[in-house]
Amino acid sequence: MFTVVGKYLVLMGNVFTKPVRGSIFFKRILDEIEQIGVDSLWIVSIVSIFMGAVLTLQVAINFEAPYIPKYLIGLSARDTMILEFSSTIICLILAGKVGSNIASEIGTMRITEQIDALEIMGVNSANYLILPKMIAAFVTFPILNILSIILGIFGGFVVATFADTVTVYDYLYGLNYAFVPFYVTYSLIKICVFSVIITSVSSFYGYYTSGGALEVGKSSTKAVVYSIILVLLFNLILTQVLLT
Amino acid sequence: MIEVKNISKSFNKNKVLKNVNVDFEPGKVSMVIGKSGSGKTVLLKSIIGLHKPEEGKIFFDSREFINANIKFKRQIREEIGMVFQGGALFTSLTVEDNVRFALDLFSNKTKAEKKKRVDFCLERVDMQGSNDLFPAEISGGMQKRVSIARAIVLNPKYLFCDEPNSGLDPQTAIIIDKLIREITLEYNITTIVNTHDMNSVMEIADNIYFINDGQKWWNGGRDDIFHSDNIELNDFVFASELYKKIKDVSK
Ligand SMILES: Nc1ncnc2c1ncn2[C@@H]1O[C@H](COP(=O)(O)OP(=O)(O)OP(=O)(O)O)[C@@H](O)[C@H]1O
Ligand SMILES: [Mg+2]
Repeated sequence: MFTVVGKYLVLMGNVFTKPVRGSIFFKRILDEIEQIGVDSLWIVSIVSIFMGAVLTLQVAINFEAPYIPKYLIGLSARDTMILEFSSTIICLILAGKVGSNIASEIGTMRITEQIDALEIMGVNSANYLILPKMIAAFVTFPILNILSIILGIFGGFVVATFADTVTVYDYLYGLNYAFVPFYVTYSLIKICVFSVIITSVSSFYGYYTSGGALEVGKSSTKAVVYSIILVLLFNLILTQVLLT
Repeated sequence: MIEVKNISKSFNKNKVLKNVNVDFEPGKVSMVIGKSGSGKTVLLKSIIGLHKPEEGKIFFDSREFINANIKFKRQIREEIGMVFQGGALFTSLTVEDNVRFALDLFSNKTKAEKKKRVDFCLERVDMQGSNDLFPAEISGGMQKRVSIARAIVLNPKYLFCDEPNSGLDPQTAIIIDKLIREITLEYNITTIVNTHDMNSVMEIADNIYFINDGQKWWNGGRDDIFHSDNIELNDFVFASELYKKIKDVSK
């Protein structure tokens, strides 16, 4: 346990160094933004729209008692999306998609000696491979977060338009009711922390792969599992620190 | 000149290298031969610092390497070209980008100069015209050749080749061997080649080091190898019928 943490910290020490050449580093970041951010757009969009819709529907069905004000439906859809769904749940999904992708890519480079080849050229392989990924995620995850909030609320809006349990007016009124801007900040802070967790943990397991194709698969699984556990743990810690 | 002094390397309980002492001279092709699993790759990787030996010292032109700090190591590594046993091309980059990689990072050439240098290196290994292909789209032998082009692009002072012509047909193998020898002489490179191919040894070796049981068992020149009475060396060299016949004839 302590040796793993130690190894992780040493790796991060190598990651956070000055890149050899700025222009190449910048290009690497753009490539990674495409792979990590842009390629995740569709899954985040689909999941967010459907979850927003279902959340709204569920709440609407359960709040059918006449003494519960209808605007609570919009309000709860909004706050659930902002507080938990668009940061934590989206990151659990991204841990699966981005995390396994990173671990298997770096793991394959390790076992086919591509990382050795980088080192032999005098390149700091940890810095060259991992830092652009971490920066790309740090930049794009907050955008995915905002997108997810908007699309989730839109999903609820679609339900409000077509279902008769809630009216568009009630839904929109609820959306604007008692809005706490800090919740968005809180959500953004969380997803920035999660982006670092997912990319660094997955890179770590990929980087220290040894053996063959089977081990790459194992690293990839470990990357996803530990990313998820750490995201959940830090979700708890950050909520305690930021909201209470 | 690379001096290897008393290198020992083990993995867990398995002692792979035992007190190996060797000097590799510039402008010469030094070949390390030995059976599969004898420790050739481990020796090469220990010299360039991909494995850390438990004991011993290594000097690149009198610069101590093993205990040097990482910054200094990287400086020396910019002077090293390496051809890995499996090629180790960057799979996400095209042939051209693979070869240009080190130029982009470490040279101040213009775009046109880089392109010229890349094309020159690809031509040397007879791979001109495959610039835009990806490693997955070319054969294993072609990957090896591109890998050599990549290794020589920065005019290295030290060139390491781990079985550069395994998996190549005899004709291409000879072309690669000759290429290695030519550039070694042309640029006065200290070249170390791992192989178990006796043809390449006879083709281009200036010095031969026979590794057996993790030790430097024998060393000498091309002509000495047929007249040695070292049993293990003879077993290795005269494993094939062809070489047995050559020995009989030369007697
Ligand atoms: N990373 C490693 N971890 C553990 N053992 C290793 C490692 N690399 C090599 N070995 C062991 O070291 C010994 C020598 O291996 P090495 O790869 O140097 O052989 P070789 O002479 O290059 O063989 P070949 O001609 O087949 O390439 C083998 O017994 C191998 O099992
Ligand atoms: Mg080998």
